Amino acid sequence: MSRSLKKGPYINVKLENKVLAMNESGKKTVIKTWARASMISPDFVGHTIAVHNGNKFIPVYVTENMVGHKLGEFSLTRTFRGHGGNKKR
Amino acid sequence: MAIRIVGVDLPQNKRGEIGLTYIYGIGRSAATKILNEAGVDKDIKVKDWTDDQAAKIREIIGANFKVEGDLRSEVQLNIKRLMDIGCYRGIRHRLGLPLRGQSTKNNARTRKGKKKTVANKKKATK
Repeated sequence: MSRSLKKGPYINVKLENKVLAMNESGKKTVIKTWARASMISPDFVGHTIAVHNGNKFIPVYVTENMVGHKLGEFSLTRTFRGHGGNKKR
Repeated sequence: MAIRIVGVDLPQNKRGEIGLTYIYGIGRSAATKILNEAGVDKDIKVKDWTDDQAAKIREIIGANFKVEGDLRSEVQLNIKRLMDIGCYRGIRHRLGLPLRGQSTKNNARTRKGKKKTVANKKKATK
């Protein structure tokens, strides 16, 4: 079920404030965040955000196409090493 | 005389409402809407449309609907976008697995295609 339009998109407030501060000062640093459910707003474009995947932080470089997706979509939580038979020995 | 609309031959012996659904991008509800707007009864068979009616229908589809090739390429572009930005859904598209969290332990054959039997796969003993 999709989120109610009345509420608007969910953007993590702390993260947004950090990004806005960076936009103002023109600095670019990697921000670490756990807010995987946060939507990517147009302000984020061009920044690199390190998104936690439960184990470590995956750096995500935000491009224009990613606006409207959520941060967690770019930081995979599972590792798939292939099935046993697939190995070529 | 077959009636062609946006490059598709419509079946002659079906009712207009059904016949239009042979076009990619038009289903039952869109077909009904088109016929209402064109002022054609939806129970008239495709072969019984007059030239005027066919032209009207063609015009309405051309103006209001994205069908066939255009629609297909739009869908493909959307999928390509997902793959390019490297998000979860894009990766699942690349792997040919379901995108929406369905179980893949069994089934999921629509996405995975026909069964690929693994040679010498041992049944779990004990």
